[in-house]
Amino acid sequence: MTAFWNEFGIILYATLVYTPPLLYAALGSCFSEVSGVVNIGIEGMMTAGAFTGTVVAYYTSNPYLGFLCGGMAGMLFGAIHAFATVNLGADQTIAGTAINMLGPGIVIMIARVLYNSTDTIPLSAAQKIPTLFKGMFDTSTVFGRFMDNVFATYASTYLVFFLVILVWFIFYKTRFGLRLRACGEHPQACETLGLNVIATRFACVCISGFLSGLGGACVTMATSNQFRPISIVGQGFIAIAAVLFGKFRPQGALLGCLLFGFCSGLKVVLGGSSGVNMHLISMIPYVVTVIVLVLFVGKSRVPAASGKPYIKSK
Amino acid sequence: MSKEYINMETPVIEMRDIVKKFGDFVANDGINLTVHKGEIHAILGENGAGKSTLMNQLYGLLKPTSGQILVNGKPIEMNNPRDAIAAGIGMVHQHFMLIQPFTVTENIVLGTEPVKGVKLDMATARKNVEELSQRYGLSIDPDAKIEDISVSMQQRVEILKALYRGADILILDEPTSSLTPQEIEELIVIMRNLTRDGKSIIIITHKLKEIKAAADFCTIIRQGKYIRTVDVEEVNENDLASMMVGRNVTFTVDKPEMEAGDVVLDVKDLHCNDYRDVEIVKGLNLQVRRGQIVGIAGIDGNGQTELVEVITGLRKGSSGQILVNGVDVCNKPPRFGFDHGVSSIPADRQKHGLILDFSVEDNLILQNYEEEPYSKKGIFRRDAIFSHATESIENYDIRPQNSERRPAGTLSGGNQQKVIIAREVQNDKDLLIAVNPTRGLDVGAIEYVHKYIVEQRNKGKAVLLVSFELDEIMSLSDTIDVIFDGKIVASMPGKGANENDLGLLMAGGKANG
Amino acid sequence: MDKKKSIWTIISETRIIHILLSILLGFVVGAFFLVVMGLDVGAAYGRLISSVTSVKGFSYVVVYGIPYIMTGLSVAFSFRTGIFNIGAEGQFVVGAMAAACIGILLPNLPPVVLIPLCFIGSMLAGAIWGIVVGFLKNKWGINEVLSMIMFNWIAFYLSNFIAGIPAIHSDGTAEATKNISANASTLLSKDLISQLGLCPTANWGIFVALVMTVIVWLVIEKTTLGYRLKAVGANKFAAEYGGINVNRSILTALAISGALAGLGGALHLMGMGGRISIFSSQEGFGFAGIVAALIGCSHPFGVFFAGLFYGALTYGGSKLNLVGAPTQLINVIVGTVVLFIAISVVFERLKYVQFKKKPKPAAAQNVKEGTDK
Repeated sequence: MTAFWNEFGIILYATLVYTPPLLYAALGSCFSEVSGVVNIGIEGMMTAGAFTGTVVAYYTSNPYLGFLCGGMAGMLFGAIHAFATVNLGADQTIAGTAINMLGPGIVIMIARVLYNSTDTIPLSAAQKIPTLFKGMFDTSTVFGRFMDNVFATYASTYLVFFLVILVWFIFYKTRFGLRLRACGEHPQACETLGLNVIATRFACVCISGFLSGLGGACVTMATSNQFRPISIVGQGFIAIAAVLFGKFRPQGALLGCLLFGFCSGLKVVLGGSSGVNMHLISMIPYVVTVIVLVLFVGKSRVPAASGKPYIKSK
Repeated sequence: MSKEYINMETPVIEMRDIVKKFGDFVANDGINLTVHKGEIHAILGENGAGKSTLMNQLYGLLKPTSGQILVNGKPIEMNNPRDAIAAGIGMVHQHFMLIQPFTVTENIVLGTEPVKGVKLDMATARKNVEELSQRYGLSIDPDAKIEDISVSMQQRVEILKALYRGADILILDEPTSSLTPQEIEELIVIMRNLTRDGKSIIIITHKLKEIKAAADFCTIIRQGKYIRTVDVEEVNENDLASMMVGRNVTFTVDKPEMEAGDVVLDVKDLHCNDYRDVEIVKGLNLQVRRGQIVGIAGIDGNGQTELVEVITGLRKGSSGQILVNGVDVCNKPPRFGFDHGVSSIPADRQKHGLILDFSVEDNLILQNYEEEPYSKKGIFRRDAIFSHATESIENYDIRPQNSERRPAGTLSGGNQQKVIIAREVQNDKDLLIAVNPTRGLDVGAIEYVHKYIVEQRNKGKAVLLVSFELDEIMSLSDTIDVIFDGKIVASMPGKGANENDLGLLMAGGKANG
Repeated sequence: MDKKKSIWTIISETRIIHILLSILLGFVVGAFFLVVMGLDVGAAYGRLISSVTSVKGFSYVVVYGIPYIMTGLSVAFSFRTGIFNIGAEGQFVVGAMAAACIGILLPNLPPVVLIPLCFIGSMLAGAIWGIVVGFLKNKWGINEVLSMIMFNWIAFYLSNFIAGIPAIHSDGTAEATKNISANASTLLSKDLISQLGLCPTANWGIFVALVMTVIVWLVIEKTTLGYRLKAVGANKFAAEYGGINVNRSILTALAISGALAGLGGALHLMGMGGRISIFSSQEGFGFAGIVAALIGCSHPFGVFFAGLFYGALTYGGSKLNLVGAPTQLINVIVGTVVLFIAISVVFERLKYVQFKKKPKPAAAQNVKEGTDK
């Protein structure tokens, strides 16, 4: 029984480590996709955030400022994507691909200039995003260890779960949310009602960049303590997958990310204890995602105007 | 008849000498329009004459190249619809600007949503919408989603949207295009009620009968140019038609008497579901014989679209038979039906009829690309394809000439339809299905399309015509079948069919004898 | 001949000016970053150019370019048939692994048998990887982009797993497979290499890539198969209406696309590495393919040159640190090029609008309602 609680605690702990970066990015992706702009540049925006977050935190020793700047860096690339696709009507897939090259390209280049290395200098514990409730639980008991594993986690983890609720509220209970959903469904209709489609979409893509940047910063400032070129390898695409999986709803994206995070957590425990090949175990999250899609999800309804540039006639 | 509500002293809209250019193309060339308080003013013109362009400028969606717009006597510059809305102008577009997955209430309040703090106040919104709908007698279900309600209710939602924003001037773009005669009458009553309330209404249309029935004044536009404004009481339909087209037009279709031959299409007790998996065709029986045009009259949404989709193999039937020359083509791929004698002019030419990115010559061989002489063992013979296209372009008067290798998407709507007709007629099948074959075409093109459909019948083909234009059904059909709620509810000879009876049948009622 | 378009007119019609302009702007932005970093633009670009213009340097460019051309063709083919093959990475990986297994397990077959066998094996593996995705899409409606992302990772771990199987795994301490049999190698002979002064990994894979480029072009432009696949890509509703089996066409397109990427994996392995390492992250050949397809306007010949161009930048970029400039400058340049290409599409569209003399660009409209005014 003790072993079970220990392992279960570790799985949940790992789930809570793997899920938040994906979830930040997935919430970002929701904003962009629901407003009608396909954003496959999430990966590049995460990389920008991951790098910027550690650099700022390192020089200011203020993790919160670093985290925020990580978001801003993502937002900068979001703005580039928005300008190209929303204002100029560029192809969204191509522009997103460009962002995925520019993001890592620029930040690693800066890293080379700053540190003469592709990696940043590791953050000290004080420069990292703090863990809340650390030491609040008596780790000498089974229950306490379990609680410590699950709840003594980074502030960014608590924040992201709060953000899910916030984003849900914005989408379905506020003016901005109603309008952004309308923009993704029928931009011409919005225009005839005097809404500013361009501005709404621009804002949404910027928000998606900001949240992606936070997701990236989460990887380098909480999960690990430095930026390396392999810090962000595919999380952005997994986040997009989670959003498709969640049918473009924030609550759905939460489920998608949790599923993926949980499978990754399972991977950690299985990798440690069983004799099964590590590489096969690493496949689990991806295989499970496909199986779950086949069994439960099927076809998702894409916002009607998704991917189509909206161009005002003059 | 009913100019009682008009106040000729107060022009609410004046458009003076409006010119609108797109590049070198002049869409509006010096157009004048004056609308008074309480007036219903029709704008008449063929497709492409520049009616919608003119109205989009009045609604702030486009900016005039030159000219002046006055609202209530004051010159006004409109940069976007917000300015138009502020000036009291509302517009109902031909293709409704409604967001399908949203509710009626959400659609109506979008852009001017009531809020409590940061939270949307949907309860108040719903109450406002209900009050408004009662005040003007526009019945709607505030909680229904747009994708679940009828076309005429969608139209009422659109009108409410404009009224909710305090519009005094309503622009209705082709408002009757998918309504029954009875629904059109209801709409005319609604319009009268609104003018009594001091609203002014502009309707864009190319339907002469409705202008006579509803409008007070009519402004005619031809090829972007202002022709004149007339008092509707002083002109008849033929006058309006010749002003619109610039020549005399005949509305009758020449059609020799013919004896119908063997049955080609025999639909027996067909059932099928729509895209939401709700049964929409409910035990339908239908026969079309050689040398016969059978017209299906009905309101959009009663199963005619799905019926054609099942016959052409695009949709699965849940039970029943579709015999084409005795072979059941139900639940077979489209190719099977084609090989057994089905050709069709689809309702949506840009979605089903053509591949817009493909050249005209490639579109002309859509079903025959694997046959000689166009290809041999999977390799194309470009010369044969090209000369086939050249021939078709000449025989079917597709313009511009030499458009063999131009993308089909660069052709005008009428010429796109000619490409489809050329292809389907040359396929030379026993059954031709035509769905709304003249939708969005101008008068010349309509005459042309009708000529080819009748010609097919005269050659002894069976023709199934599905159209929302009752006039078209009545003038072409040898037999008219009325579809309602997924069944054929009445069948009558085309000759002497009565519009009112048809309208009642289409709405599920009984004909008056 | 008069009615037929030459290759060059096709390429020029697909806005070659914009591509060249975008490339130029990419280098301008690169120069901007060099200046900001306080580096000598002339020295950096000079190094870039000199490193790829020598005979040996150019042979490196060709060797680097082969996999990019193949994944580029794969992605371009998918674009032409209406699919976005973001899964070329996985198809490349399984293709390479299939070729490696054949090349390791059947070492004694003569080259004339073994090499084609490796090619066929890799193409089959890539095709299967593509078909599975198409099957998931057709049968359960699962978004192909999503499943491709998953299958890229599954392929990656599968490759790592297979590389660890004793029969395949290196006998030494290397975290890699054994070397493939010399009979499966596409390397040019040592004598020829030293005679011509080529790089040590010079191989004849580029000719295979060239042949595949021509074949892809022929299939797309000259065959009924290409017509069918393009029709489904351009308008699947009309294609279905016209009697084309849409689901089967999607499977065919994905199979061909996958086979091209798979063959790319084999050519890369057999020409350059000789063995497959256990990696900690994806190598990005599929991503490079997307870039090559974009720069090459999805035209097979365009992709061929774009692949070589990207190869030149990658190889030249690896020499940049000799003058103190970071290698990643290349990613910045290429990213900028792609961004400008994305934007240049807009200029094209604006031109089209004026040409069409219509108030609204058809491409930008929500074309659910098909009729125009």
